[in-house]
Amino acid sequence: MSEFAVDLPVVWFTLRVAALAVLLLAPFGLALALLLARRRFPGKALLETLVSLPLVLPPVATGLLLLKFLGRRGPGGRAARTLFGMDVVFTWKAVVVAMMVMSLPLLVRTARVAFEEVNPRLEAVARTLGASEARVLSTVTFPLASRGIAAGLLLAFARALGEFGATILVAGNIPGRTTTIATAIYNDVQTGLDGRAYGLLAVSAALAFGAIFLSEVWLKRRTNA
Amino acid sequence: MKEILVLVFAAASLTDALKEIAASWEIAGGERIVFNFAASSLLARQIREGAPADVFLSADEAQMDGLERAGLVVPGTRRSVLSNTLVAVVPKDSALRIASARDLAGPGVERLALAEPTSVPAGVYSKKFFERVGIWDALAPKVVPTENARATLAAVESGNVDAGIVYRTDAAISKHVRIAFEIPAAMGPAISYPFALVKGAPRETEARRFLAYLGSPAARAVFVRYGFLVKD
Repeated sequence: MSEFAVDLPVVWFTLRVAALAVLLLAPFGLALALLLARRRFPGKALLETLVSLPLVLPPVATGLLLLKFLGRRGPGGRAARTLFGMDVVFTWKAVVVAMMVMSLPLLVRTARVAFEEVNPRLEAVARTLGASEARVLSTVTFPLASRGIAAGLLLAFARALGEFGATILVAGNIPGRTTTIATAIYNDVQTGLDGRAYGLLAVSAALAFGAIFLSEVWLKRRTNA
Repeated sequence: MKEILVLVFAAASLTDALKEIAASWEIAGGERIVFNFAASSLLARQIREGAPADVFLSADEAQMDGLERAGLVVPGTRRSVLSNTLVAVVPKDSALRIASARDLAGPGVERLALAEPTSVPAGVYSKKFFERVGIWDALAPKVVPTENARATLAAVESGNVDAGIVYRTDAAISKHVRIAFEIPAAMGPAISYPFALVKGAPRETEARRFLAYLGSPAARAVFVRYGFLVKD
């Protein structure tokens, strides 16, 4: 067995792409959560289902859809090539996209509950005091939902860190370019580098523990408040 | 009565030929053959972890050597009769003009798929060849490593890579790729497929007979038809 070692470049890369994925996802995901929490509209049930789909669909199946869409012959991949002259699949960008899609349900579901728990009367009061919608959002809704939003972002980040199935299809497993903690563990086990796999296992366990623990704390404090 | 199934762990590049051979073996009254096709390196790993394989058909000697050192191969059953050659393939509709290994290093090829070059046989062979001709360093940044030779073929077929290195036998089964150039056996690394009985094989008697069948004229004819080089 190989010696226990922590593959720091892989950890660092994974942390960075996961953070970027959550950052890019946040505005869209939170807007979606707010929309689902506050508005009724035709097709809402359908949208809810679509958003949650990556949670239950086999990640590899989601990856296949992404690969077909973002591949050089897919509509997304073609557009990226003509507009920006760049490839998406088998690059770090594909890792980010896979992470975004797979984390979306966790962010939206958690943040939605947080928004729903904000008493609409408080928002109404702010409006009667002359606050604009934007101001109501920034001074009432978001502050009151902040713990739930933070928990949602953290869970999304944790999910992104561990993404495997979609990532390996759409971004491959290119050492130093697209290999993440999850795909590196797979590689290491296949090639008999168990010590390195255990190193990454330890890191993932610590990160996952921290993320779940913190999000639980945040969610509990909110309900007790 | 429980049906006897012989579990054969085989290199992905053997997939089509073996399926055909197993079909004729079963028609001739042989036990049912169940295959686990994957990269030989992965299969060796699985056998080392206790997978209940009866027969191991590897795409390189190194993987079999590893199992033999671990005492997982039945002594005297190991034989190597098949060989293969490597080819560079491009998507069928590709406009790229590639005639030699050097062309792969040119700007037309942004991405080159090959099996994972540190452990998977097809990748190990490819890397060895490129090192021999002195262009590995130029190619390495373009390499998209895949799980096995067949995954390389699929990557080229999808058009998501510009070119790939596969066995000649893989290229022959695909309608969606075209061979850009072949690496002659004399120039490439020695490709050899060792077959052996796995120690502790649950269906040893049947497995021994299937191994013998793989060396029969009927089986050899199938391997030849798929483009494998069969040693005497």
